[in-house]
Amino acid sequence: MKIFVTDPEGKEHALEALEGWRVMEIIKDYGLPLKAECGGACCCATCHVYVHEDWVDKLYEMRDDEEDMLDEAIDVKDNSRLSCQILMSEELDGLKVTIALGTEI
Amino acid sequence: MSEKEQNNFKTDVIIIGAGPVGLFAVFELGLLDMKAHLIDILDRPGGQCAELYPEKPIYDIPGFPVITGQELTDNLMAQIEPFSPTFHLNQMATELKKLDNGNWEIKTDDDVTIEAPVVVIAAGGGSFMPKKPNIPNLEEYEGKSVFYAVRRMEQFEGKNILIAGGGDSALDWTLNLQPKASKMALMHRRDDFRAAPDSVSKMRTLVAENKMELHIANITELHGADGQLEAVTVTPKGEEPYKIECDTLLAFYGLTMKLGPIADFGLNLHENLIPVDTEKFETSTQGIFSIGDINTYPGKLKLILSGFHESALMSQEAFRIVYPDKKLRFQYTTSSTNLQEKLGVNEKAA
Repeated sequence: MKIFVTDPEGKEHALEALEGWRVMEIIKDYGLPLKAECGGACCCATCHVYVHEDWVDKLYEMRDDEEDMLDEAIDVKDNSRLSCQILMSEELDGLKVTIALGTEI
Repeated sequence: MSEKEQNNFKTDVIIIGAGPVGLFAVFELGLLDMKAHLIDILDRPGGQCAELYPEKPIYDIPGFPVITGQELTDNLMAQIEPFSPTFHLNQMATELKKLDNGNWEIKTDDDVTIEAPVVVIAAGGGSFMPKKPNIPNLEEYEGKSVFYAVRRMEQFEGKNILIAGGGDSALDWTLNLQPKASKMALMHRRDDFRAAPDSVSKMRTLVAENKMELHIANITELHGADGQLEAVTVTPKGEEPYKIECDTLLAFYGLTMKLGPIADFGLNLHENLIPVDTEKFETSTQGIFSIGDINTYPGKLKLILSGFHESALMSQEAFRIVYPDKKLRFQYTTSSTNLQEKLGVNEKAA
């Protein structure tokens, strides 16, 4: 499984993804610049990513706490998600996301 | 004007950061007869545990199968109570200076000065600072007509205020400042608020009574001159932008951690972390230690339990600096009457 992550400078990285891992954890594991300061507790909005349009509808719908937390993200768009709330599974093989500005380290 | 009773302090150890690791350091230092002062930018102890996830369960604290951030903070506060640490809250350590007598001096942005032979940096991810919206020319207005916090309410008397955000800070200040403002508007990205339901319904009542405005939109542009705001352009989702006249913008998008003035303390840094040795957890500068998430060394894991371990080893070396002529004896709290007396749990001593 792979995910494709575009960093704030516009460079795309292909990352090996593991079933059950949070997309945030995969991005951090590869050392890409993502703050994710609360460590995946859906408490800080510093793992904000934009999901590529092809993938938006394939993700689980947002829970209320994620939608609430996005209030603290900057430049929220329709395809905004918190990457700590996206769990990797076979169906998401090939997922494309872009790290949002303001969440980089 | 209320004046602080005292602004200058002298102690054994200054701890920057009152998160779980800073708090536990008070315990380890206390067992070795060292007094500590803690400085934290938040208004209460606990650091990330109290600010980011007070209600979230933590599963990897030894001896606690599950504990929330707030419970852990409360337990640590109870554990260090016998050592009566001094807290300097709501302030940021801004300056570190070596004194002629060999001690260190820390200054805070609240004009507090503390002198000690040992400084421990336990600042986690750095200081919690307001998140800033991504709007062109924002800096030009900051501190003049754009603010991220309210220090004195009177400052906003008679102002035409726009508040941005949907959490408790945004809603609380909307309600508190609305009677003082000449005009009040609240702006949020969606018509749903995570703030306390009671505040939200009060706000909606004010809107219904035409006492304030509610805009569901995002700020896209600021207008004004010389730092004085005159209007902002806001863009509702999928609609045309429009202008709102206002002379003050208060933005509440939560807090994020930044290293802040520690970067200028003259310590070696590696990617915003402070390298330390793994014997004493001392930085590149003698007498300055660093423990918890903010330090780095080969194999470092950013876990609360690592910080606890680091605080115990740091305290051993701190003792040698604070008491150069005393011999350090390693003792257990289970058996040492001396330690039990310090903890106030030795009946014979009481």
